[in-house]
Amino acid sequence: MTDSKYFTTTKKGEIFELKAELNSDKKEKKKEAVKKVIASMTVGKDVSALFPDVVNCMQTDNLELKKLVYLYLMNYAKSQPDMAIMAVNTFVKDCEDPNPLIRALAVRTMGCIRVDKITEYLCEPLRKCLKDEDPYVRKTAAVCVAKLHDINAQLVEDQGFLDTLKDLISDSNPMVSHCHPPWDVSLSFLFAPLERMDPSICEQVTPRLSHANSAVVLSAVKVLMKFMEMLSKDLDYYGTLLKKLAPPLVTLLSAEPELQYVALRNINLIVQKRPEILKHEMKVFFVKYNDPIYVKLEKLDIMIRLASQANIAQVLAELKEYATEVDVDFVRKAVRAIGRCAIKVEQSAERCVSTLLDLIQTKVNYVVQEAIVVIKDIFRKYPNKYESVIATLCENLDSLDEPEARAAMIWIVGEYAERIDNADELLESFLEGFHDESTQVQLQLLTAIVKLFLKKPTETQELVQQVLSLATQDSDNPDLRDRGYIYWRLLSTDPVAAKEVVLAEKPLISEETDLIEPTLLDELICYIGTLASVYHKPPSAFVEGGRGVVHKSLPPRTASNESTESPETAPAGAPPGEQPDVIPAQGDLLGDLLNLDLGPPVSGPPLATSSVQMGAVDLLGGGLDSLIGGTNFVAPPTASVPANLGAPIGSGLSDLFDLTSGVGTLSGSYVAPRAVWLPAMKAKGLEISGTFTRQVGSISMDLQLTNKALQVMTDFAIQFNRNSFSLAPTAPLQVHAPLSPNQTVEISLPLSTVGSVMKMEPLNNLQVAVKNNIDVFYFSTLYPLHILFVEDGKMDRQMFLATWKDIPNENEAQFQIRDCPLNAEAASSKLQSSNIFTIAKRNVEGQDMLYQSLKLTNGIWVLAELRIQPGNPSCTVRLSLKCRAPEVSQHVYQAYETILKN
Amino acid sequence: MLSLKRRLSSQLRSSCIFNLSNMVDRVGVFKAVNQAVSWPLQLRVLAAFSASSASVCREPGAESLIGTGVGKMIHSLFLINCSGDIFLEKHWKSVVSQSVCDYFFEAQEKAADVENVPPVISTPHHYLISIYRDKLFFVSVIQTEVPPLFVIEFLHRVADTFQDYFGECSEAAIKDNVVIVYELLEEMLDNGFPLATESNILKELIKPPTILRSVVNSITGSSNVGDTLPTGQLSNIPWRRAGVKYTNNEAYFDVVEEIDAIIDKSGSTVFAEIQGVIDACIKLSGMPDLSLSFMNPRLLDDVSFHPCIRFKRWESERVLSFIPPDGNFRLISYRVSSQNLVAIPVYVKHSISFKENSSCGRFDITIGPKQNMGKTIEGITVTVHMPKVVLNMNLTSTQGSYTFDPVTKVLTWDVGKITPQKLPSLKGLVNLQSGAPKPEENPSLNIQFKIQQLAISGLKVNRLDMYGEKYKPFKGVKYVTKAGKFQVRT
Repeated sequence: MTDSKYFTTTKKGEIFELKAELNSDKKEKKKEAVKKVIASMTVGKDVSALFPDVVNCMQTDNLELKKLVYLYLMNYAKSQPDMAIMAVNTFVKDCEDPNPLIRALAVRTMGCIRVDKITEYLCEPLRKCLKDEDPYVRKTAAVCVAKLHDINAQLVEDQGFLDTLKDLISDSNPMVSHCHPPWDVSLSFLFAPLERMDPSICEQVTPRLSHANSAVVLSAVKVLMKFMEMLSKDLDYYGTLLKKLAPPLVTLLSAEPELQYVALRNINLIVQKRPEILKHEMKVFFVKYNDPIYVKLEKLDIMIRLASQANIAQVLAELKEYATEVDVDFVRKAVRAIGRCAIKVEQSAERCVSTLLDLIQTKVNYVVQEAIVVIKDIFRKYPNKYESVIATLCENLDSLDEPEARAAMIWIVGEYAERIDNADELLESFLEGFHDESTQVQLQLLTAIVKLFLKKPTETQELVQQVLSLATQDSDNPDLRDRGYIYWRLLSTDPVAAKEVVLAEKPLISEETDLIEPTLLDELICYIGTLASVYHKPPSAFVEGGRGVVHKSLPPRTASNESTESPETAPAGAPPGEQPDVIPAQGDLLGDLLNLDLGPPVSGPPLATSSVQMGAVDLLGGGLDSLIGGTNFVAPPTASVPANLGAPIGSGLSDLFDLTSGVGTLSGSYVAPRAVWLPAMKAKGLEISGTFTRQVGSISMDLQLTNKALQVMTDFAIQFNRNSFSLAPTAPLQVHAPLSPNQTVEISLPLSTVGSVMKMEPLNNLQVAVKNNIDVFYFSTLYPLHILFVEDGKMDRQMFLATWKDIPNENEAQFQIRDCPLNAEAASSKLQSSNIFTIAKRNVEGQDMLYQSLKLTNGIWVLAELRIQPGNPSCTVRLSLKCRAPEVSQHVYQAYETILKN
Repeated sequence: MLSLKRRLSSQLRSSCIFNLSNMVDRVGVFKAVNQAVSWPLQLRVLAAFSASSASVCREPGAESLIGTGVGKMIHSLFLINCSGDIFLEKHWKSVVSQSVCDYFFEAQEKAADVENVPPVISTPHHYLISIYRDKLFFVSVIQTEVPPLFVIEFLHRVADTFQDYFGECSEAAIKDNVVIVYELLEEMLDNGFPLATESNILKELIKPPTILRSVVNSITGSSNVGDTLPTGQLSNIPWRRAGVKYTNNEAYFDVVEEIDAIIDKSGSTVFAEIQGVIDACIKLSGMPDLSLSFMNPRLLDDVSFHPCIRFKRWESERVLSFIPPDGNFRLISYRVSSQNLVAIPVYVKHSISFKENSSCGRFDITIGPKQNMGKTIEGITVTVHMPKVVLNMNLTSTQGSYTFDPVTKVLTWDVGKITPQKLPSLKGLVNLQSGAPKPEENPSLNIQFKIQQLAISGLKVNRLDMYGEKYKPFKGVKYVTKAGKFQVRT
């Protein structure tokens, strides 16, 4: 007889039957019935209706039955809080049972029942169990304190459980103080925040590299990675550590595929930070044909990162092997990888190109397309070197059906138009279906034809006119139109200048691609082993509920190292952050126009990338009219831009449209009229009304105290409860003279934001206690969020763009503000005086779009897009907010509304 | 000093301090620092302190990440079989609807092959971390930032425990023992926090089912739930229970080595390494203290240890010194990768070709012994995933039998053992789908084999000494070498 029999009763009336069985007199039958209930529970059936009947079975001396009932309770208590209370007495009684197992079970179950009412009953038994004679019970109780803290932190502190817990630390039995032998990941987690690390810690941590639990190994790796950041590279110890790190990382790759995957994602970070650790271990990343695809793709990525002149032959042979595999995604990535090798290791470029040509000969459609895309990159890295292959490429023109491949091919044709006899025919063939092409291809085609025209003006006049009119007159795409107009204007006003602009020499692309931006990388290194390291995103980008996050960063390096780095220890590729030949200087508008919709092989710090994207997307660039209005936009950007202290030099043309007014930062934020917070009848005659202000960077609470009682009031004091934004008074409440009846006094109480934090509901709730000689009174009030908007909340526009993109769309919140008759200018200046800064403005189809940023006192940035439609009779303003902590959005919206309407 | 360090190594007192760091109470933590005597402990308290102070000073909600993130590890667990039925669910916090698994099914659909489902999936409100074991998916639901490895390790531990308890980890076995499964899961995680994962201790809390016991239970009405406390938990060695008694005292070690290798077309080794483990079966009374030494310990430079092993002793003397858990456990696992040390015991001669514009191809493979150290190679199986256009195969083998599954296109040749006088071969014709282009790629061959009484790395146990007990145990070491992921490209 097995437990599967418990699943068999699936006919109607099952619950009814179970009910009868549960109430049976026979112990055995009862037990069987509870088992059936548990079995139904495990398959997700709702058996909560049986709650009272199951609870009735609790009164038993049969341990197994009791345990089963407890299992049931843990599952359903939350949905049946009132019923759960019924069981409390039994719990309390069981906590005193002579059998320690039952005591432990009872206290543990009570902790799991997440019902507020129960927690009150829990305290006494828990206190007893923490001091139980049996260590097993003490251990269970200690864990229970943690659970309770989850439910009600305040209670845990009030009840003094912390102190009891501290006593347990010195518990005589190691079982209590040492709960989870194999699960000591907490190790690094605890070590991690240490500001100054001691080499002796390393000695303690290195044995963990040999731990059987991979999570522990990875945590140890993290600690050592952080430690190495502070070590000088010429120390012998540094080398020793490097050697010690490689084997455990490699060993992780022999584990189950799921573990391998997580390990590989982390190794990807480690290799970017310190390629020298694994530089000799290339082979372990070779792909086995039956690896799951997610492991294959990660391995490939790491192989390319580790590729160097020393191992390139091996790597290429492998990649070629992979390019004939079955899995399409993997094959594509392998082909792309060959191109990346060519770009990374110059000596191998020739071999890579010939490998790619071999692959093109296979005529496998997706291989050919992928190969063309990477060959384009190779051309950009080594111009005028491999043009002999163009003929082969052109043969495959018809088979290209993916936008990226088409765009790449068009770029190649345009770039080398003078060497391709029938370039005009080729391009013309693309032009036929111009409107069906993707934007990427359209932009590329436009540029290519203009290039062709500049190179062979006589034969191609008609073609260029055709494409310009297609782009400017028949297209709905603003980017395409803008680019079309620019070319048109250029060509018609000054063909020589046009030549200089369009056919300018392009910067070389850099060798490393897809690098994680260095500051993010440093942050991610601190999160090795966590979800963040799997997603390669900081926790703030995805942790549920927009909790604020401590941004970790690596400790600063000690001096005297980087410069003395010896060539042997230098990483194979250029280390992130110091590439010599990164492309576009920020704001290099020319580069942008010419090439950059071709996408990814751009590296360097994120600012560069974002400026590049800005060129293409032109979100903030101000629009076409103003651009053409500018007389000499080819001139170096700095010359035409007045020095702007805030913005980084070189942000280029975009600065022309910068809206900084530079004034208004000193005036205070909007102040709401006073409201009554504490009516006299609730506070024995004391009436408190008040409001919050922010002026020149300081927040204060303006209070008006009125004595409506018949006696004199003295000895005032005020205290805040912990709150979401750490608001706390910085000075005592000073009422100089006693407050006589009917007298009113006004006080401005300065506030700081360095108090302790507790998340409130709603977020901007503030609980205040005021004391006087009569009594203590409590009230709570909501403070407007704009008092927390700090003065340096103006984000750099490129930062803005990057951040806007970086914040996931789920975090975007849309609001409408009705009856707001302001125009953009007025709104902008109004908002600015409350520290909401306009970063850019543009006009789209009659709507004014304001891009704004603000920063809260705790460092949370909020990005906003404000859409104002001047002619709109309903005067509705649309607001979209993006923030990593989306729960503030609602309150920021309210702040907007208040500010705009007053 | 040494003992102090050891105390840290054994993870003293972590959980309480851990709890403290959850609770933002700076003064309290300071007091704890003063109370703590040993410096490693102080260090830990300090670290916990700086974590908690960070949460005070920086941003709201920081403590939730620092502290409770690890505390609330796994919210729920769903077990899903190959046909996509959720056949078991367990919730540690509150009930999460089964519908959360839809995201998993979506990913599964996208992945084409069950093995290719990514292990970490994000959904709007949860993260799903899953493993695939014995044709079952273990899908865990988590809500906070946790180390995914931690979760994956835990899930594998759950699967191991089922295997250990029921002899197999299958849907039938789990359903047959659903109540025990439920109890086990509850014992392994408390409120999402790992509690007891050592099989030693679990087995005392919840007795594994045996035929005999279920008969006895049904007669006497007793149960599988242990009614005494796990005694081992009271000893100072958390992995060993106290008062172990055997009439025959035995200690056996299995040295098992697997060769992972990729051999290229021409027969040269692209990549090779040895994954080795030493599994122990120790049935010794009392508190034996063992030391195991090797003839050539220098082979072992990349090793993972069971927590019972004294690391310092290994570092200084290259001796494995430990008080063993009772029963079966994995003592160490190791990796030998240095190219020259990895002998490749078999070679394969192959010729697989597909003719252009014709619906047939030729297939011919022969297997022979290479560096086999004079031992017999046995249990050879060759598996080949043939290209999709292969309709059927018409082969003859000189030894063993072969099967070809036209649906999955998998060719399996069960060879048996190699006798050097007559090398086994398999050859014949391949029928291709007519009209389809000839396959671009040649399939890789996956080879399994086994060599008894040989550790291919050359690792040899020197001696086993026992201290702390007076009796004389039986001792034994067995060696075996197998193919791991052994692939030959053609």
